[in-house]
Amino acid sequence: MTIKNKAYIAGIYEHPTRHAPDKSTAQLHAECAKGALDDAGLTKADVDGYFCAGDAPGGVMPMADYLGLKLRHLDSTETGGCSYIIALGHAAEAIAAGKCSVALITLAGKPRTGPMPPRAYGPEMDFEMAYGPTTHNAYGMCAMRHMHDFGTTSEQLAWVKVAASHHAQYNPHAMLRDVVTVEDVVNSPMISDPLHRLDCCVVSDGGGALIVTTPEIAKSLKRPLVRLTGHGESNKGPNGGRNLDLTYSAAVWSGPPAFAEAGVTPKDMKYASIYDSFTITVVIQLEDLGFCKKGDGGKFVADGNLISGVGKLPWNTDGGGLCNNHPINRGGITKIIEAVRQLRGEAHPKVQVPNCDLAVVHGTGGLLGVRHAASTAILERV
Amino acid sequence: MTDKPKYPAPVTNPETAHFWEAAKQGKFLIKRCKACGEPHYFPRSICPFCFSDKTEWEESKGEGEIYSYSLMRKSPTGPYAMGYVTLDEGPSLLTNFVDCDLTALKIGQRVKVVFKPTDGAPLPFFTPVG
Repeated sequence: MTIKNKAYIAGIYEHPTRHAPDKSTAQLHAECAKGALDDAGLTKADVDGYFCAGDAPGGVMPMADYLGLKLRHLDSTETGGCSYIIALGHAAEAIAAGKCSVALITLAGKPRTGPMPPRAYGPEMDFEMAYGPTTHNAYGMCAMRHMHDFGTTSEQLAWVKVAASHHAQYNPHAMLRDVVTVEDVVNSPMISDPLHRLDCCVVSDGGGALIVTTPEIAKSLKRPLVRLTGHGESNKGPNGGRNLDLTYSAAVWSGPPAFAEAGVTPKDMKYASIYDSFTITVVIQLEDLGFCKKGDGGKFVADGNLISGVGKLPWNTDGGGLCNNHPINRGGITKIIEAVRQLRGEAHPKVQVPNCDLAVVHGTGGLLGVRHAASTAILERV
Repeated sequence: MTDKPKYPAPVTNPETAHFWEAAKQGKFLIKRCKACGEPHYFPRSICPFCFSDKTEWEESKGEGEIYSYSLMRKSPTGPYAMGYVTLDEGPSLLTNFVDCDLTALKIGQRVKVVFKPTDGAPLPFFTPVG
């Protein structure tokens, strides 16, 4: 049993807003759903599977009712920012098993103009909450140890932001469109050592949605054909305190099965959407996915290697979470959306990868330095 | 030295109550599995490694070294250093480093446990030694 070639991404939509004081969170979900259905050329009545995560008000049940969906498959797997990459795999599984034929995946939220859902703690609460884990210091600890073990430098991390800014200058919706230099990044204020302000992603209102469907339905529509050929997911945490190693992520377990299922290797990728909550996140994930040796990620990203048209691995050509959009602190869906744009040939001409027929999408969710999930998807243009 | 900021009291539950009772006596406990011999932290009734229910409380010396840390400089309650300590008994745990120059912390630095009061049981923190 494989999901290879069993599911196609027929519709994508990234909400243009980055600041939405005049909209509700549920409304943003609905606008994203409508946008993705319009993109696919389908209607709400076609949707029979719905996938949402912790950002959906009340979860899948009230949101399905709010949207007016009549479903035969419901999924509310919550794994933070990578929930939507996991949902893509789960949607493909459901489609391959005949449990639904048109799956809708939505993400939306308003961290700038409304209350954030409270962070859910697990059994670790009494043993961790008082110490103030935030995203910044949880990723900072990973960067600190990566620097200690491998000699990674702040300048190397800065190249990730530089690449994102080069791409964002062409995206009219991006929050940060100014091209920055390595010096700009390392001279920006220290937030949580060793991460500077410009090592961090943006905070944005907004959202996105996907339509995933069967090969038959996808081929009946008018959009370019993009299919899922491999998928993986996994999790990592402090594991009872045994063998703690913050220099790698659960990508070491989500990546290999995804590449194997697709029958490809990292070298074959024409484009990569890699979650960029922070600059260090990209470096660690590139290593874990096999784009370079463990510890060499800093060297890999340096000197513009992630800039489309300049480096060897065109990456996050929308400007990513670092410059474009990170709706409700969850970057998974925008990673998929930009990869689909690249595969369709619909990315901005200045960043479009020529003949882009194979792409990897990867993200983490939760806190990299504490406990997180990861998911990898391989996409192909048919 | 100061006990500010004030820390939230542990909620505690039947599985972890013994840990917090011991903390009131100044004792820092970990758990060890009798079946596989592995220590773990935070404490579980069932071993997270071999899934045996033969886990026992053990007093840790409360000493170890800094595995990694990050000094959060932008916080409404002031800067604080979160990090992991690897105990001499083996397990690593999340904590804050206190009662020291937060800008002078180093990976590999020796640290020991120090309890700080709350409205309930005291919380374990770590401070550099020597």
